[in-house]
Amino acid sequence: MNLKELVLENSDEIVSRWVEKQGNHSLQDYSSTISNDMIKQMNHEFADIIISSLKEGGANLENLDDFAEKVVNLGWPFGYITEGLQIFRTESIKFVLDQQGTENKEEFIYVMDGINEWIDPLKTRLMNQYSANWNNIISLQKLALEELSAPLIPVMDEITVMPLVGTIDTDRAKLIMENLLSGVVKNRTDVVLIDITGVPVVDTMVAHHIIQAAEAVRLLGATCILVGIRPEIAQTIVNLGIDLSQFPTKSSLKKGFETALEITDKQIVSNDDKKEDVEEILDAIGKE
Amino acid sequence: MKETVSSVVIKKEWDIVGARQAGRQLSQELGFGSVDQARIATAISELARNIYLYAKEGEISFEELYDLPKVGLKIVARDKGPGINDLSAVMQDGYSTSGGLGAGLPGVKRLMDEFDLVSDEEGTKVTAIKWARP
Ligand SMILES: Nc1ncnc2c1ncn2[C@@H]1O[C@H](COP(=O)(O)OP(=O)(O)O)[C@@H](O)[C@H]1O
Ligand SMILES: [Mg+2]
Repeated sequence: MNLKELVLENSDEIVSRWVEKQGNHSLQDYSSTISNDMIKQMNHEFADIIISSLKEGGANLENLDDFAEKVVNLGWPFGYITEGLQIFRTESIKFVLDQQGTENKEEFIYVMDGINEWIDPLKTRLMNQYSANWNNIISLQKLALEELSAPLIPVMDEITVMPLVGTIDTDRAKLIMENLLSGVVKNRTDVVLIDITGVPVVDTMVAHHIIQAAEAVRLLGATCILVGIRPEIAQTIVNLGIDLSQFPTKSSLKKGFETALEITDKQIVSNDDKKEDVEEILDAIGKE
Repeated sequence: MKETVSSVVIKKEWDIVGARQAGRQLSQELGFGSVDQARIATAISELARNIYLYAKEGEISFEELYDLPKVGLKIVARDKGPGINDLSAVMQDGYSTSGGLGAGLPGVKRLMDEFDLVSDEEGTKVTAIKWARP
């Protein structure tokens, strides 16, 4: 009986040994969040795939790809796949050697090679598919982040706010510039407030991009006000020797908004003319 | 007492963020105030970005300094890039070969307490130290 037949004929036995161990290691950190039923179900599916690929003398690529996608979607580590194949390899070799009672080294190598030959293509395919899926998820997330990363919010006629939260890298700086310019034109903005309260570090690269954006906004005939400059950021900007004097800066969005109202010749008037109401409106849109 | 704490490899743009966070974490542990933490993070950002832009890859390493009662953080930015062309010009504000603001290196010198720059065809090494004010 050849090796393949031997493993196939006894696949129930090998799989039952395998299922016991599979996932114990790679899913250790996840065990509190994944139900045992889920692991059992995935293990059985995994075993079916391995066995059927052996039966059909080659992997059913579609099944493999679907399985890899499932693992990614569950958020399970790649180790789950490698562990599974590794244990399968070990259990099969053990089983075959037990059966044949081999002590002979050549025989042993023959068994090893035979099993490797069959497991390795499975591994390659699963690995490629897993990382392709993963990359796909990353690029989708990147897109989603991009949509969030430079929003332009028209708060009233002629006044727009761009709140920036998080690190600004080259890609994001480009996006800020594009959104700013197209937004200023589209919304017929006179004043745009760029709020950097949520930007952790303002280095010369970030400052340079902000200066360029403000300059471009100015060329479109609008005014850019930089707001949300935290005290420590103000200090580092001064230390860096960056000159922000060409355009208005304000410590808070609220103060910037007041300036924007002045520039656009607007006033917030409350119905019963109480000053507190104006304050309340300003408080609602700004934070200090 | 000296102790090399850690180092961060700079290869991709997002490694700059990693280096910055490592530096911020350390400076927090060493008891730097929030303004100094921002200064340190900004200096690291400048040095790491220079590596990324001009040398493609390199490394930022951190060393805690205990010159008791003074405590400090030493940042070393090292790369095997092409080196800086005009060493005499580079410490003047506005010198840039990339259309940048050219305020990076002079800025780092002002942000930190001690600053040293060595650069030749073999690469560039910038050392900067900040002492915590007790
Ligand atoms: N690690 C480095 N390797 C090679 N050249 C560098 C390095 N760091 C800085 N430079 C050179 O020094 C110039 C000034 O750097 P910097 O002060 O950071 O300003 P910027 O990065 O805005 O140009 C750079 O334009 C570049 O030519
Ligand atoms: Mg620079």
